[in-house]
Amino acid sequence: MILASIAFYLFSAVLLASALAVVGARNPVHSVLFLILAFFNAAALFVLLGAEFLAMILVVVYVGAVAVLFLFVVMMLDIDFEELKKGAQAYVLPGAGVGVLLALELVLLVAINWHIAPVAPGVAEATMPAHVTNTEALGRILYTNYVYYFQLAGLVLLIAMIGAIVLTLRHRTGVRRQSIRQQVARDPALAVQLVDVKPGQGAAP
Amino acid sequence: MSGLEQSYAVLLPEFVVAGGGILLLLFGVFRGDRSQSVVSNLSILLFVIAAYFVVVGADGTAFNGAFIADGFSRFVNVLALLGAAATLLMAQAYLETERLMRFEYPVLIVLATLGMMLMVSANSFIALYMGLELHSLALYVLAAFKRDSIRSTEAGLKYFVLGALSSGMLLYGISLVYGFTGTVSFAGVAAVVGKTGVNIGLIFGLVFLIAGLVFKIAAVPFHMWTPDVYEGSPTPVTAFFITAPKVAAMALILRAIIVPFPDALHQWQQVVQVIAALSMALGAVAAIGQANIKRLMAYSSIGHMGYALLGLAAGTPQGIASVLVYMTIYLVTNAGVFACILAMKREGEYVETISDLAGLARTQPKFAFAMAAFMFSLAGIPPLAGFLAKFYVFMAAINAHLYALALLGVIASVVGAFYYLRIVKIMYMDAPAPAFERDFGGRIGTVMAGAGAFTLFFVVFAAPIVAAAGTAAQALFK
Repeated sequence: MILASIAFYLFSAVLLASALAVVGARNPVHSVLFLILAFFNAAALFVLLGAEFLAMILVVVYVGAVAVLFLFVVMMLDIDFEELKKGAQAYVLPGAGVGVLLALELVLLVAINWHIAPVAPGVAEATMPAHVTNTEALGRILYTNYVYYFQLAGLVLLIAMIGAIVLTLRHRTGVRRQSIRQQVARDPALAVQLVDVKPGQGAAP
Repeated sequence: MSGLEQSYAVLLPEFVVAGGGILLLLFGVFRGDRSQSVVSNLSILLFVIAAYFVVVGADGTAFNGAFIADGFSRFVNVLALLGAAATLLMAQAYLETERLMRFEYPVLIVLATLGMMLMVSANSFIALYMGLELHSLALYVLAAFKRDSIRSTEAGLKYFVLGALSSGMLLYGISLVYGFTGTVSFAGVAAVVGKTGVNIGLIFGLVFLIAGLVFKIAAVPFHMWTPDVYEGSPTPVTAFFITAPKVAAMALILRAIIVPFPDALHQWQQVVQVIAALSMALGAVAAIGQANIKRLMAYSSIGHMGYALLGLAAGTPQGIASVLVYMTIYLVTNAGVFACILAMKREGEYVETISDLAGLARTQPKFAFAMAAFMFSLAGIPPLAGFLAKFYVFMAAINAHLYALALLGVIASVVGAFYYLRIVKIMYMDAPAPAFERDFGGRIGTVMAGAGAFTLFFVVFAAPIVAAAGTAAQALFK
């Protein structure tokens, strides 16, 4: 038990520190690297909670796809981040003020009224049946009870795909494309021309 | 399996739209952009077929209560489908002129309409969110559809960023409601709130929920994006934005507030009252200085959302019915106005400033008469449709003892009448500007004439529509 607590505090501390570093780092590449560190620590916290499927998804999707995409964009776009940050300095104080105010309100209004339902600790303590993994348990309800939401999510992704194509795909003229039909139909008569070259004059078409 | 089969029967209209949209997408991909007009016409047909299935469809819930089909969803779905069909009908001439003949346009409209149907029928907070995102995402793409125009891409980006922000607020609100009630289904929330009463955390969530939702109908103070997005988007897209999605989003607000929170009436009533009052006031004042007619219509629609919310603020079945009648008339009148705007074409170029309308009554009297009828209706002058719309809403507010708010509404509509009547004055009294092209096509003419007839003669056939809205509203108070 003490080992789990130590692990929890370690991962949480690193997570918070790296999240701060994401916002604070001067170099945007460092920011993305800290973001990846934050994702790994969050995944470790999920493992401590017994949600290994979520942990793996977090690593695969966020580290494997999203963060790497960020890194590409940051490296490929020539943006002067120092220049961008200059304007933001003016908003730091009012922004922080609003944030603190909102946080205080939340603490005063929500946290004071937060009651833990009598059944909640029991639910949290209930362990998964030994022979059912996270993945299987999710799969059992995702395709049955939640099939409606699952299909809707699919439609949302379809729209995202159509949108990306509509807004960015351009058919440029003058691009040489491979045409299998032309390649197959080509024969020696079309491709080769025999020229009778006179000595000392060179070949002129 | 009978439960699942019953689910499919209840969802039949949505299946028709979703399946039809995907088939049209496939057809378009194989045939290329030259199939645009075929895909567009088939989409209109699809909307009509789906509207038929909505009308004859069965009542009931599906997928463990995530989805509900009832009188309310039927009324709004028919409105949304017909609104989408009308805007698609009048878009064609513009798309041809501006070289936007791409088959994705009707497909995106079909998918956006599917999202609207799903959110109108949402019966849990997750279903609500999924439907909302489905429809919003298609709208973001449509706003930026004219991708070579910097203003259109700006409109798309602005709409997307602010829409994402509002989704964040909405989800935060939903998570708080879930945290304090322990369920996401509307009926479940209503049961918990009825049993345990309202606590401050729930109110917190409710306020965030309302803030996220009214962003979608662009009511004050969540309206900042509207003028820029409506002005920058291609005109047929603006025509779509201002009609069907507004009606669907308003219906979503009605269901998501009335069904889960009947016992928190006094809490949300205050918020809705403030939003309604601010929207009416801003809509009346801010439109006065506008020169661009699309921008003017954006402010006008902010004002109209305020009047519609007045009916919700009443919180009674009569109030909800008045909102539905209001939205019906709003949808038809705005479709008519945008048919007129899409006919404002001079020497192959679309124009959109109000001064271009000068002296229209002398060059094209019928066109000017239709536009004048819509403007009188929007201003709320009897006996046109817009007057009755406002009348029902104000009656509902007065019956719920919201006298101050109703008075403010009357004052705002008198002030707002100024800019509607100014357009009529410019068309009928000012020296003529160069004439528009005479031939704006039969499709735009059809929408203009149909909407014009509805606006002028609404008094004659008001009774069945009002009765239908009344039954639809009752479905929320079971």
